[in-house]
Amino acid sequence: MRERSTRIIFAFVVLLTAFSVCVVWPSDPDRYLPNFIPWPREECLGPICIGKGIDLFGYERREMLLGLDLRGGTRLVLEADISAQPDVNLDEALDTAVDVVERRVNAFGVAESITERVGANRISVQLPGISSEEAIEKIGRTAQLQLMEMARDQNGNVLLKQQDGSTQALPLEQVLSNRALIDSAQFVPVTVIDEQGVQREVSGAYLDRGEIFISKSVVGLPIVQFGMNSEGAKLLEQATTRLSNPPQPMAFFLDGKPIPGSDGRILAPLVQSKISDKGEITGLTLGDAQTLSTLLRTGAFPVPLRVVQQEDVDATLGDQAVTRSVEAGLIAIFVVMAFMISYYRLPGVLAAAALFVYVSVTLAVYKMWPVTITSAGMAAFVLSVGMAVDANILIFERMKEELRLGRSLVGAIDAGFARAWTSIRDSNISTLITCVILYWFGDQFGASLVKGFALTLALGVGVSMFSAIIVTRTFLHTLVGTTVMRHLWLFGSDVADARLAPAGGALAGGQTPRSPEP
Amino acid sequence: MIDFVGKRPWFYLVSFLIILPGLISLLLPDGLREGIEFSSGTTFSARFAQPVDEEELRSALADLGHPGSRIQKTSDGRFLVRTDLLEGASQAPPFGPAPPSEREELESQLQARFGQLLDGEGNPSNRFLEFSSVSPSVSSDIERNAALAVLAASVAILVYITISFATVPRPIRYGASAILALAHDVVVVLGAASILGRLFEFEIDTLFITAMLTIVGFSVHDSIVVFDRVRENVRRAESAGVRVRLADAVNASLNQTLGRSLNTSITVVLTLIALILLGGATIRDFLVIMLIGLVSGTYSSIFVASQMLVSWDEGDLPRLFRRGEEATEAV
Repeated sequence: MRERSTRIIFAFVVLLTAFSVCVVWPSDPDRYLPNFIPWPREECLGPICIGKGIDLFGYERREMLLGLDLRGGTRLVLEADISAQPDVNLDEALDTAVDVVERRVNAFGVAESITERVGANRISVQLPGISSEEAIEKIGRTAQLQLMEMARDQNGNVLLKQQDGSTQALPLEQVLSNRALIDSAQFVPVTVIDEQGVQREVSGAYLDRGEIFISKSVVGLPIVQFGMNSEGAKLLEQATTRLSNPPQPMAFFLDGKPIPGSDGRILAPLVQSKISDKGEITGLTLGDAQTLSTLLRTGAFPVPLRVVQQEDVDATLGDQAVTRSVEAGLIAIFVVMAFMISYYRLPGVLAAAALFVYVSVTLAVYKMWPVTITSAGMAAFVLSVGMAVDANILIFERMKEELRLGRSLVGAIDAGFARAWTSIRDSNISTLITCVILYWFGDQFGASLVKGFALTLALGVGVSMFSAIIVTRTFLHTLVGTTVMRHLWLFGSDVADARLAPAGGALAGGQTPRSPEP
Repeated sequence: MIDFVGKRPWFYLVSFLIILPGLISLLLPDGLREGIEFSSGTTFSARFAQPVDEEELRSALADLGHPGSRIQKTSDGRFLVRTDLLEGASQAPPFGPAPPSEREELESQLQARFGQLLDGEGNPSNRFLEFSSVSPSVSSDIERNAALAVLAASVAILVYITISFATVPRPIRYGASAILALAHDVVVVLGAASILGRLFEFEIDTLFITAMLTIVGFSVHDSIVVFDRVRENVRRAESAGVRVRLADAVNASLNQTLGRSLNTSITVVLTLIALILLGGATIRDFLVIMLIGLVSGTYSSIFVASQMLVSWDEGDLPRLFRRGEEATEAV
């Protein structure tokens, strides 16, 4: 019965390891492993492929997810500036802002970016592969659209800005006949009184984002078409009814600045007739038209955001870091295996095999989760290798003790595992506690370096418990009954000697008295 | 069988001597050098095509409006510069490209003086290799959170140990001893950071806090293994009806777990050394701190936590006071 279950578990472990190796195998092994051995690259044996990651039932993962410090790119932390709108609902505003950023990131095609809220009033955006200037240009604009009309004084005259800063008031007809005068007019937001008697600004807040297109006019010039939602449509109709009688200029402002037309002057077309729900903006260059339509389509930030923290890493630096970290990690693991074998002999060989299982399974878990691997995360992984070995060491030391006291081999194995388990469990839990706290700490300001480290370490510890308790034990059980186990010296020089001389005396050697073996 | 417990006054003395230099360095002004994540500012790294003298770079930066910049040169010819807060990317207007940011201006000014800037592979790039800037509002938050994190970890661990050792008499002593050992490690690591800061301009950043928290986890890990053995020995003795002094139980446990403690530390130390020697330069400081902390953690589990447990049980502190009284009375 025992033998059967051992063999089943053993087979399961072997399959799991093989699967993990296939998932994790890099598509370019020569980069990390010594190149005098012809490692297999991307090869397939039937449905089973190596070097191509995993592609199972629609779940695909070709490569490890790398953090910014290994891949290059930009991280920005944006803070909401509510000085102008103190009573806005900050929570909602930030959630909206996160949506806007994600839409813009998608619109501009930045792959594998991460946008998240951080703390009470900040957003963290990670954009691999682009520089910080590009990042700001793509996602950093507030993009609040306002419809503007010329400012009037109480007599109905238009207020114009003079070169020396003073204002001049001229009659409407005079201004309308002279383009140059329109350019120098002061513009204020278009407002209407709605049905409830409240004064409303007709702004981009009422845009129907799904109704924004670019089309071409008869002569091939770009037109940005926009549609308002039902509420906005009514307001726009009211406003344009007023502004079309006589036809007056309506300018479009973005973030408080006039949108320039292709001729460089303020874009302020005359409103010819009332517009109910769809409007057009003409007179833009193609580039500006595309930018405007993207900005309007993805929405505006409800509050302005400014950059309070940024990190920018060159991609070439990242490549070097990856190669070096992997090489260092492989050597570290190899050193540990050598140490285990030389000190614990046969159990050490088994521990090295268990370590191989551990490394493959953990890396596969990292790849599939997916965990963002950073340079600190790789260090965490190597540390967890040390801890995985620690569990094995605990078990082996226990086993040696039990063997020295005269227990049978099978009894020593089981006792070793049973006694060591409480130690392993308690000490790993304390590490897991610190990982949880570390993760929280990193989450407070979107530091993926810290979060990656915490997650990497926690997963490593978890898999190491599995590897120590199940894998090593199975390997040991598998060897029970074979000729190997008769040679106790394989377990360490002192074990065989101690069994020859019976362990007499009560507190000899510091051990408490024990009842004889049943 | 080594008598650890009997020699504990010596171990306390050694601990004190180890902590002292670090503590002094910490208490003197400018105890810890803060990186930009704690005190705001900008760091960037740059590589020039032509060889550039560090002093020239420093005076150039001062001329350009950034006096007091700190510069380090790495072994592969890169300059790591720390300055006051630079705007990395200016606010983009609604249309058109953003005006050049302070970073871009600095890049072109430095290129004008010192020649072409290169990227990581040695190709011309006109940009800094890395650029990181933190504004004061963020750095004050980071500081607060770091302190909270270390505190929370310590409290959580104290609670956990007390709960899991609830079946032993006076479980809170186990937790408290572990925390004292942990505090010992924290002070050792902070002291080391302070001394390294004075000697090598080592700076505290979030990675340092990460190392600190990891060390906290590992240090307790070690102590728990010893305590677990003590618990087992005490239980076994009680069930056999043998009355055993805690000091003897601790001594026995230490001897029994010595092999394991040393081996585990050796494996982790070996991996860290391999990483330090062969790994990338970016996390080298982090790894050195981890190494110091790990060694300290192993030491504190054997020579501090366990000894504290015994001292508490044996009443060392009251005895010390009583002896002092007797001495003064005799005079």
